[in-house]
Amino acid sequence: MEATLFYILAAVTLIGTLCAITARQAVRAIVYLVTSFFALALIFYLLGAPLIAAFEVIIYAGAIMVLFLFVIMMLELGSPEKLPKPRPSDWWPALLLVGAVVGSVVVLVADGQPAGLPGFVEISARQFAQTLFQQYGVAVEVISMQLLFALVGALYLGRRR
Amino acid sequence: MTVPLYHVLIVATLMFAMGLACVVAWRANVIMMLIGIEIMLNAVMLTFVGGSAHWGIADGQLFSLMLMALTSAEVSLALAMVVYLHRRKQTVDTDRFDSMKG
Repeated sequence: MEATLFYILAAVTLIGTLCAITARQAVRAIVYLVTSFFALALIFYLLGAPLIAAFEVIIYAGAIMVLFLFVIMMLELGSPEKLPKPRPSDWWPALLLVGAVVGSVVVLVADGQPAGLPGFVEISARQFAQTLFQQYGVAVEVISMQLLFALVGALYLGRRR
Repeated sequence: MTVPLYHVLIVATLMFAMGLACVVAWRANVIMMLIGIEIMLNAVMLTFVGGSAHWGIADGQLFSLMLMALTSAEVSLALAMVVYLHRRKQTVDTDRFDSMKG
């Protein structure tokens, strides 16, 4: 049951991402990407990470993608003729790279299945928070400073002159 | 759940490849390049969470949380820079941003 759900969600994620990178308009790409990230959040939940799943929905789909949407609409880039399109020749290196990666995955799969692995372990919010604040306290401080620097930088870049 | 880690890694690999293709193919458009970077970072987060679930320790999830903080900082700065560049040249075409002196 859970395994079936995982494969369905993986398919939704991959197809959503594929539609996003081939979309003609930036707004459509963002909406496809939000779909893909919702499916990815459910995959995180199935992998025993409920907190990360919630953060994925709140921060990624809720904040970062909306920020993209705000910028696209503020700069009036919504109409397709405003955005520079990739020429057909631009797709060749990308297709080459994807072909190399997919080919290596196919070779790995064809090479032989590894033995069945044990099931995934769910990590509770208590265990998560204890590890975060006991072992990685310094990292939390560093991240807070990084966010402050990003805030100052964004204010500096966005000021009127 | 009985999905092997191996399949999670394959999904993450394909997603990363698609993000890379987005950055390479849309290299004339700053916003789509940023979207490609987002896709790649999400693939990395999937790898971290899968590893964390496989070995049963919380560190992978913590790193994906830090990756989210990193991404939000990166996106806010990068989009502020896109707005700034658009104010200067009225375009997001990377080919137009070819001079160091503004």
